[in-house]
Amino acid sequence: MKTLSEIADVIRSKNAGPFVVTFDILFNTKEEFEAVRAAGLINRAKVCELYNVSDNELLGFEFYPFANAIKFSIQRPVSAGGPGDTDAYGAQQHAPLLDLAALPD
Amino acid sequence: MIEPKSADEFVVVSNGMLGYGFREESLHDAVAAGVDLIAADAGSSDPGPYYLGTGRPFVGEAMTKRDLKLLVKAGYDSGAPLIIGSAGGAGGDMQVDFLVRLLREVMAELNITRKVAVVRTELDKATVQDALADQRIQTFETNHPLSPDDINQAEHIVAQMGCEAYWPALRENPDIIIGGRAWDVANIAALPLLKGYPRGLTLHMGKIVECGSLAARPTGGGDLILGRLRDDHFLIEPTHPDKACTIQSVSAHTFYEKTDPLMLAGPGGIVDLTNTVFEQYDPRRVKVTGSTFHHADKYTVKLEGARLAGYRQITVGGARDARFIAQIDEIQKSVMHKIRESQPDFVSDDQYSVTFHRYGLDGVMGAWEPVKQPAHELGVLIDVVAETPEIAEAICGLARAAILHVAYTGRQATAGNIAFPFSPAEINAGPVYEFNIYHLMEIDDAEGFGRTEWLS
Repeated sequence: MKTLSEIADVIRSKNAGPFVVTFDILFNTKEEFEAVRAAGLINRAKVCELYNVSDNELLGFEFYPFANAIKFSIQRPVSAGGPGDTDAYGAQQHAPLLDLAALPD
Repeated sequence: MIEPKSADEFVVVSNGMLGYGFREESLHDAVAAGVDLIAADAGSSDPGPYYLGTGRPFVGEAMTKRDLKLLVKAGYDSGAPLIIGSAGGAGGDMQVDFLVRLLREVMAELNITRKVAVVRTELDKATVQDALADQRIQTFETNHPLSPDDINQAEHIVAQMGCEAYWPALRENPDIIIGGRAWDVANIAALPLLKGYPRGLTLHMGKIVECGSLAARPTGGGDLILGRLRDDHFLIEPTHPDKACTIQSVSAHTFYEKTDPLMLAGPGGIVDLTNTVFEQYDPRRVKVTGSTFHHADKYTVKLEGARLAGYRQITVGGARDARFIAQIDEIQKSVMHKIRESQPDFVSDDQYSVTFHRYGLDGVMGAWEPVKQPAHELGVLIDVVAETPEIAEAICGLARAAILHVAYTGRQATAGNIAFPFSPAEINAGPVYEFNIYHLMEIDDAEGFGRTEWLS
């Protein structure tokens, strides 16, 4: 088994406006990207489970071959920097993705 | 080594964040090779609603002035116009005034005069109320339809202007434009669009270079970046000799901070990247072709507004006792119960909120945190936001005392539950704001949208 952090080049999260956090997983090569896509371990349901969000809150989970990238976004429970927020820039929400199983043995 | 500018290209050098610093040689080398425009973004909604709410700048004066002086000098030496958008962070009138003051100081220190336009985009509430009444306000990512109360409650409302709002100023050939809140892309794309470059490519280039060297590798150590635009393609080139643009660095940056990487929505329409091709032009540069543009039926600008959410008092401490840490959920409930039963009689429950940030458990991710196993230490930040500073102080004081002494199952350390690093343990953190407007407003006159003034 290989984790996402062993294969991907960039794994990041960031605000896309004050009400959405967007996540980018970028691969260095087409081969790595296609292998992860074909393995099917990283998918919409997995992300919902990982972040404990409903399918409605998960916006636009997609594979983008032109950038060798996976991208998804999540609606924030609290607007960026408002009372109760934990991460005004949304820049530290990526971490659970690092250890996610991405390729089988 | 930066290639000299050729006659048929429009070259922009872009600073991703005014006041975050860049390498002086990068600017010098870029300008020496030839540029048609120096562009700088001075703002973002990322630092949060406080800056829009208060009108204060979010980058300090000393660093803003350092970058500004270098850019103004480079513009003066090269003859290229300088466009700085989203002045002061949030781009409201107070922040524009802040940047204009620094610009006057810089020009005096350099002993130069420049032709300076100021394009303001802060809106008065009546304008937004009229748009709401005319059904020209669209709801999108908030899922919250705008109400007249939202508009009344906002301290400041700004709109991200599109490229066209810069045109009335640009037609008068200014040396410098200070812009209020602007679409990041507009600072870069307004001038080449006015000169007739194709909209899809021009806006796409603007999107890639608006964060400076983030589109190059290695990232880190912010620097400038170059966009070289021709009629049928553009090139992205780093100014730092140790950086390079790769297909991956450029294509990935296309969708940085965006939810849909193939359809980049902005004022007036959508940049369509469905047929975009990225090529490694040479070891340091990437060539981009094929980006197109679809005009929207209605020209819209994005509104941002922030309202006062209350006044904050915080206390921060740490726990080291495993039994305390294991029971933190119940302990919080006990603390809240203690607060409710002891609060002053002039305070009601709906006048304050208490948030427990639990570092070492879920302080960073809150409800999104999948790991339920706490660390051996637990940092507890208690964040009280209340209608008045007095209520915040009273409730935070109660919370501090309660969490210090609350009983829990198996407690052996009866002298105190929390290590407070500070005396006093509580900190008055001042007013708190929240974004309460983030909507689209349809406008009829994109060119006339900003209020253009000339500095004398």
